[in-house]
Amino acid sequence: MSAGQRMSSGRVSRRDYLGLAGTGSAAAAILFSTAGMLRLPKPRVLPDVSSLVSLGKAARFAPGTVTMLPQQKVCVVAGAEGIGAISLVCTHLGCVVNRNEQGFDCPCHGSRFGPAGELVQGPAPRALPWLAVSQAPDGTLLVDAAKQVRPQTWYKASS
Amino acid sequence: MAPSEPPTFWENVRSLRRNLLRALVRHGAPTSDRARSQAVFGNVFLHVHAAKVHPSSLRPTATWGLGVSLVSQLILLTVTGVLLMVYYMPSTELAYDSMKDLHFIVPSGRMIRNVHRWASHLMVFFVLLHMMRVFYTASYKKPREFNWLIGMMLLVLTLALAFTGYILPWDQLAYWALTIAANIAASPNELAHALGLPQGFHVGTLQKELLLGSTEPGQHSLIRFYTLHCVFLPLLTGMAMAAHLWRIRKDGGLARPEGTPTPAGKGAASTSPPGQEAHQAPGKTYGLMCVVADQSPHTGQDPDETVPSWPYLLRAELLVFMVTMLVCVALGYLFDAPLREAANPAVPENPAKAPWYFLGLQELVSYSAFLGGFGIPVLAVIGLGLIPLLDREPEPGGVWFSGGAGRREAFWAALFGAVAAVLAVAVPVNFGWLRNWFPGVPQLAIILVNPGSLLTVAYMAWSLAAMRRTRSTRMGAIALFTCSMVGFAILTYVGTFLRGPNWDFFWSESQWPGH
Repeated sequence: MSAGQRMSSGRVSRRDYLGLAGTGSAAAAILFSTAGMLRLPKPRVLPDVSSLVSLGKAARFAPGTVTMLPQQKVCVVAGAEGIGAISLVCTHLGCVVNRNEQGFDCPCHGSRFGPAGELVQGPAPRALPWLAVSQAPDGTLLVDAAKQVRPQTWYKASS
Repeated sequence: MAPSEPPTFWENVRSLRRNLLRALVRHGAPTSDRARSQAVFGNVFLHVHAAKVHPSSLRPTATWGLGVSLVSQLILLTVTGVLLMVYYMPSTELAYDSMKDLHFIVPSGRMIRNVHRWASHLMVFFVLLHMMRVFYTASYKKPREFNWLIGMMLLVLTLALAFTGYILPWDQLAYWALTIAANIAASPNELAHALGLPQGFHVGTLQKELLLGSTEPGQHSLIRFYTLHCVFLPLLTGMAMAAHLWRIRKDGGLARPEGTPTPAGKGAASTSPPGQEAHQAPGKTYGLMCVVADQSPHTGQDPDETVPSWPYLLRAELLVFMVTMLVCVALGYLFDAPLREAANPAVPENPAKAPWYFLGLQELVSYSAFLGGFGIPVLAVIGLGLIPLLDREPEPGGVWFSGGAGRREAFWAALFGAVAAVLAVAVPVNFGWLRNWFPGVPQLAIILVNPGSLLTVAYMAWSLAAMRRTRSTRMGAIALFTCSMVGFAILTYVGTFLRGPNWDFFWSESQWPGH
C-alpha cells in the first residue's frame, strides 16, 4: 500500500496509528524538553548587587558643591534646598558620562546633557535621571540607582 | 570451488604489517587516477570533494580561493583556540591576568594568541569578500538559494564568534563593548518607550538579561560568553560549514559560465538534454555518480572534461591553506594582539571604539541605538537572505557582474552609495541633527528620521529605480548590494579614522584634544 493510499483511505491502520502515535509523542517530548531547557538562561532571581549605594556622611557635601562619584555612577549636587543625585549612566547605551563646564558628555557615542542632566544633543533618548536619596539611621546618605525621581528632587539631610 | 580455510592466528601475526597497512590505506598506493579517486571518495575527510572537478572551477579568478581560505582560518582558529583554553580562566578576577600570562610567561603563548586574533580578523574580512564574490558572480541563483541562506547564517555566526571572543580578556574594550552590546539588546525598549507601550512590551529588558545573566556585566556574563565562544558557537559553525560544503556538491559544484562543458550535468541542468533516470543508467560506467538519485549525464558530456581532484584540487587547497597560515603567522609575528587596561566599570575609554568591523555599526548607533544597532542590521541580514528569492532571473553564474551592463550598474551604484554615505556623515557633523534644530523633538522622530535610516531609504530608492530602468531584478540587486557594501565601507572608515573623543569628528588623530 503506498503512502498516498494510506493517507486518503480515511481509515488508519493499526500499524500507521502506532507509527504516528510514536512519532507524535517523540516530537512532543523533544519539544517540551527543549522548552524546559530554554528556561534555564533566565534565573528566577538575578545575581545582582544591591542598587543602594552609600555616599558617606551628609556633611561631605557642602551646599553649592557638585561631587562626581564615578565609582557609584552618580553625581551629587548639593544646593540650598538639599541634596540631589544625578545618574551618570548614559541613557543611550550605558556608558559612564564625564562632567565638564556645560554639563555631561558621553564618551561612547557623543550624547550631551545639561548641568541638571537635561538632554541637549546626540542619540540618547532621555535625560539623565535623578535618583532617590535617603538616609540610613546612622546618618549615611544612600542613593537608590533603581529608583528614579523627578529632576530637581532635593533631599533634606539631617546631620 | 571449495571455500579456502580461514588464516590461522600465526598467519595473521606474520601478515600483520601488510594487513595493517591495507586497513589504513584501503585503496592501495595513490599511483593511478583510479586509486586517487577512490581515496577521495573513500575517505570521510576527502569526500567533501568530488572525485573530479572542472578546470574552470580551479581558475584562481573564479573564486580567489576565499572559501578555502575561510576553512583554513577556521582550522587555525580551532587549533590556536584550544591551546589558549589551556591557560585562559573565565573569571572576572583572573581572565585579565591569564592574558598577561599568555603574553609574557607561556612559551609561544604570545604568538598563538596573536595568530588567533589575526585569523579572526581575517575571517570577518574574508566572509565579507566571499559573500561579495558569490554575489557578483551570481552564484546564489537556483539551485543555490539554500546554500546562500546557510552562508548568511555563517556570516552572523562569524560576527558572533568575533564579538564573544573579544569579551573574554575582560579588559576595558571587553567591559564597555559588553555594556554597549547589552544595551543594544535592550534597545527595542527605546521604541516601546517612544510609542508609549506598557512595561510588558519591553522585550529589550529580557534580551539584555539573557545576554548578561544579570543587569550589569560581571561574572555571570563572562561565563555565558565563554560558553558561547568556546562551545556553542563553534559547534553551530562547524555544522553550518559542513552543510555549506555539502550543498556546493549537491548543487552541482561551483557555478560555471555558460559554454563550459559540465561534468555531471547538474550545474547546467537547464541547458543539457534530459538524461536517464539514475537507476536505468549503465551501472559500470556511471556507478560512481549514480549513488545519488538524479539525472545522470548523457553520453555526449562525459566526465572526461574534468580533471581528478587529487592532485589538482587538493594541491590548490593546500596552497591556499599555506598562504593563509603564512599571512596569519606573519601578522602575528609583526603585530601583537592588543590588550587594553583591566576592566574599569567606573571609567569608559574615550573614545570607546569596537574593532574595525563594528565601527560602521557604531557610527549608525551614534544616530539611534535602536535603528543603528538593531533595525538596520536585522534589515540588512534579512535583505541579504532574500536576494536569491527576489532575483530569480535564470543565469548559470560564474561571470563577474553578469557582464558589462552589470559592471556599469555596479560602478554607478558605488558612486551613488559613496556620495550618499559621505553626505550622511557630513551633514550632521556640520549642521547637527533634529535635536539641535528642534529641542524637545520626540524620540520617535529621531528613531525614524536619522542619517542611517535616510541612507537606507536612499539606497533602496536608487536600486528600485535601477531595477525599473533596466527591467532586471539582477541589476536592481547589483545596485542595492553595491550601495550597501560601499556605504558599510565608508561608515567603517569614518568610525575607524575620523572619530575621536566623545565620538566627535576629527580629520586626524593628531587633532584629538589632549587628556
